Amino acid sequence: MVSELINANPIVYEKKERRAARSTPIVDEYAVEPIDQQEIFDHLRDIKDPEHPYSLEELKVITEDAIEIDDKRNHVTVTFTPTVEHCSMATVIGLCLRVKLMRCLPSRYKVDIRVAPGSHATEAAVNKQLNDKERVAAALENPNLVDMVNECLAPSYEP
Amino acid sequence: MHCAEELVTHSRCSDTSQQLCSAILVMNFLDKTFELKEIQRLEGHSDRVWSVAWKPATGTDGVPAVLASCSGDKTVRIWEQSSPSGSFHCKAVLEETHTRTVRSCAWSPSGKLMATASFDATTAIWEHIGGDFECVSTLEGHENEVKSISWNASGTLLATCGRDKSVWIWEVLPGNEFECVSVLQGHTQDVKMVQWHPSVDILFSCSYDNTIKVWAEEGDSDDWHCIQTLAESSSGHTSTVWALSFNFTGDKMVTCSDDLTLKIWSADIARLQSGDVNAPWRHISTLSGYHDRTVFSVHWSREGIIASGAADDAIRIFVENEDKSVDGPTYSLLLKKEKAHEMDVNAVQWNTAADKRLLASASDDGTIKIWELAPQSGGEGLSL
Repeated sequence: MVSELINANPIVYEKKERRAARSTPIVDEYAVEPIDQQEIFDHLRDIKDPEHPYSLEELKVITEDAIEIDDKRNHVTVTFTPTVEHCSMATVIGLCLRVKLMRCLPSRYKVDIRVAPGSHATEAAVNKQLNDKERVAAALENPNLVDMVNECLAPSYEP
Repeated sequence: MHCAEELVTHSRCSDTSQQLCSAILVMNFLDKTFELKEIQRLEGHSDRVWSVAWKPATGTDGVPAVLASCSGDKTVRIWEQSSPSGSFHCKAVLEETHTRTVRSCAWSPSGKLMATASFDATTAIWEHIGGDFECVSTLEGHENEVKSISWNASGTLLATCGRDKSVWIWEVLPGNEFECVSVLQGHTQDVKMVQWHPSVDILFSCSYDNTIKVWAEEGDSDDWHCIQTLAESSSGHTSTVWALSFNFTGDKMVTCSDDLTLKIWSADIARLQSGDVNAPWRHISTLSGYHDRTVFSVHWSREGIIASGAADDAIRIFVENEDKSVDGPTYSLLLKKEKAHEMDVNAVQWNTAADKRLLASASDDGTIKIWELAPQSGGEGLSL
């Protein structure tokens, strides 16, 4: 892949213990089941970093606390922390988060993706790009970028 | 001096019965309760619908209305009413020309040609020949995604813009030939939309760089320049400007933005029409506090009604208040249609020719909806 890594020696953190799959019996299978913070985190935690063989959870790029959800208003905000301040992979990571949520959340959800305040040198520019759906749509028509995103997302789908 | 100007304005007003007519209608709007009635939902696109365009002079005088829509599914669909007030059906699918998303579509003023802008970096020109739409020309030159196109009022010029930050002006020559007469650089980011003024050859563009630029020709030299930039410092927008639209007389423009506001701008139309293209555009009003998410589309009807489409799935309708304050006109929300679509509303477009107040909207949910703005049924609204 890349010969010179942007972040050559990332700190790797331990993975959080997994919550057991829901064991409550389904009473009404058509009832709307509210989606919570942890469910969103479970969708995102195993996404692979674009340049390291670690998950976004292991690199603390994303944590459960960084997810805000207002289920009644169908609104999700994900705040991620790039591993280094000048990380040029920030937009790719943000794109992976957006694509994963686009694919696994019901379409009624509005998703905002942003980098944690103070965590990136070009924070405002990265945020603006990640939330411009026209540019995201154009990016997702680029086969190279789609391959890269799919590779990062692969470990996040259950086998 | 001042007096003369007022006289000119006054005589223009009384000449144009249309204007008096709109004034009366606006009054009625504020007196009555209106609703946006869903007439029909058009399904067929297999991806988000980005834009819609009514064919000029349809939907009036017994001519069935015709609408074009374009989508992330790389196609354009033509929808036609079965009879002057009947339902819409898909008459044609224009495919296998664009290889990526078709971002916008625009009919020439005569309705003979249609231009489509695509993420594949090209603009296609279509002609309706013997019941079929044929691609008669392809305009190449932009480095990447073309985002918008616009025909000038006389149909002699076409403008395109795109992610390469440039705006191109093409001259329409006989035999479906298009010659690029100018490549305008000035925006520092992605240009989202281009739009010609409705009566004067001045071009407007709005961008991801948060500004609106006004372009005009210097003399008859074919030399186009940016004559004004409406930026944050001139009470402009603080984030991406997605779209703009003019009122019927062309003395006002509305813009919409990712900053969740609509802004109204005004210029001296008499000066513009007398050939002074440098008449400045000034900010006169900001409509804030109405939208919760990005406003992607705004369109001003012939009667003076402003519709907006936003990322909160709603369509809003605004009208100018009857009593003008000292600071100029103010605008009120006439109605908000929550959940107009199941997802983001990308485009709203009034049929300016139609006998009824018809609005088309396009959404990420893959559908197009046709609406009628009418007095609420059951009320006293029908006693116009």
